[in-house]
Amino acid sequence: MSAKIDKYDLTVIGGGPAGLAAAIKAWRLDIKNIILLNESEILGGILPQCIHTGFGLHYFKEDLTGPEFAAKMINKLNETSIRILCEAYAAHLNIKSNGLKEIVGYRNGEAFRLESKAVIYAVGCRERNRFEVGILGERPAGVYTAGEAQAFMDLYGVLPGKEIVIVGSGDVGLIMARRFALEGAKVKAVVEIMPYPGGLQRNIIQCLEDFDIPLYLNHSALEIKGLRRVESVKLVKVDNNLNPIKGTELELKCDAVVLAVGLKPRIELLAKAGAVVDETTGGPIVNDWLETSIPGVFAAGNVLVVNDLVDYAAEQGERAAESAAKLIHEGTFPKAEYKRIIRGRNVRLVVPQMVSGLQDIIFYGRVTRPEENVLIKFEEIGRAFKLRVVRPPEMFRLKISSQDFTKICDEKLTVNVIKV
Amino acid sequence: MKSTSGNTRTLELTCITCPIGCKLKVLLEGSRIISIEGNKCPKGIIYVQNEIDPKRILITVIKVVGGNLPVVSVKTSEPIPKNLRLDAMKILSKVVIKAPIKVGDIVVKNLLELGANVIATRDVVAV
Repeated sequence: MSAKIDKYDLTVIGGGPAGLAAAIKAWRLDIKNIILLNESEILGGILPQCIHTGFGLHYFKEDLTGPEFAAKMINKLNETSIRILCEAYAAHLNIKSNGLKEIVGYRNGEAFRLESKAVIYAVGCRERNRFEVGILGERPAGVYTAGEAQAFMDLYGVLPGKEIVIVGSGDVGLIMARRFALEGAKVKAVVEIMPYPGGLQRNIIQCLEDFDIPLYLNHSALEIKGLRRVESVKLVKVDNNLNPIKGTELELKCDAVVLAVGLKPRIELLAKAGAVVDETTGGPIVNDWLETSIPGVFAAGNVLVVNDLVDYAAEQGERAAESAAKLIHEGTFPKAEYKRIIRGRNVRLVVPQMVSGLQDIIFYGRVTRPEENVLIKFEEIGRAFKLRVVRPPEMFRLKISSQDFTKICDEKLTVNVIKV
Repeated sequence: MKSTSGNTRTLELTCITCPIGCKLKVLLEGSRIISIEGNKCPKGIIYVQNEIDPKRILITVIKVVGGNLPVVSVKTSEPIPKNLRLDAMKILSKVVIKAPIKVGDIVVKNLLELGANVIATRDVVAV
């Protein structure tokens, strides 16, 4: 390793939609000394394997497939002189006494070290595995996360099984059910522990009902059987408290089990560096600059909060880039009394968690349970939004203008979902 | 989800235009809509009109030789009839194309004589 350390104004960690949007935006805001670190050999994060449509309706005003969305972003990136380092893994973030951020990582079996005035962290999320949801039994071949199965099929052309049981009814699981069915595999069941599906309504219709795939609500996967290869999976019905009901066990024969049981922000590097984590999002606590509790370190995309739409991840990337650019150009953010967001009735999570009141803010959030005809109310500023329906799988996105903040000097802002 | 009596039939649909997901009951004579019940807004009517003869964009992958990846992702340029998708898949499963491929390249012309082309959605680099 050379003694001279590479110095940058901005380091973007992650080359998915949030990281790409952040790097491009920062470049356009006249930050020219940028490095982008990307783990994989190709840019785009998870987009290249998400071959279905539904990407970019907000961001590009076009209905694109994942690889097309990625290609458009990469074309924009290629118009810049941003330094791109692929197959580069950022392992450590150290904040130096002069405020500079030191990143230590690995690439092609060698360590690298660089310094940067600001960091945008956008490494996305990971899929939960069978052990995190307590599916016991053997460890045969044929157990995959939905994302692994998707990469097998849609990047490498390999069908992961012929008779498949999908555990979890989030959108990735539903979309894979359709892909398996189209490719001639039999999807024997989609199993969901909750009384309602985890994915969007349109995916229930277009991915399951279109192909007559049964959805087992209120069911939990107990055990995977099979020594070398998956032979079956044992299910059980659960009660309202999600406890198994004795005597309701059933066994489905299959040769693959595909898990779509939730996503977790990949927070480890930030947490190790001392960032405060929000238990409800699994991501870092941020203010309306999308700055974590480590000054000058920003978060965007699915590492901040697991988003429904790629458009939101890209939007957060751009917001983080605007903030980083402001910080780099001006050296500091304007002084503010930050207000803490309090999650009230039927609010599971809200991002950002701290607000300055100095600028317009986009809030992203989720409810705990489905409800119809509600107001989402920001109590202390008396601002409310009427929504016909709220459902846990569908994020709400609400914009509040800085003018709405002039009235209050409270140190908190409470968000309630109210039945009307 | 269809039931028939005489030359009229009822069709039960869930509208997916918005997250409310209205449960719709449609009375049909042939492909003529006689009545729609359960829609909370006019978008439900448009949804039903499109679902009488439902069409979908078909998304899949096609085999590639000589590329950095063994398959390329593709989509149909237009929605095709929902019930012809498996026929289309059978044809596409036999297609093999040569790298390099660019996003937007037409891979198969006029699929099943339906007027829709099959278009690459990813670059595959020749190796």
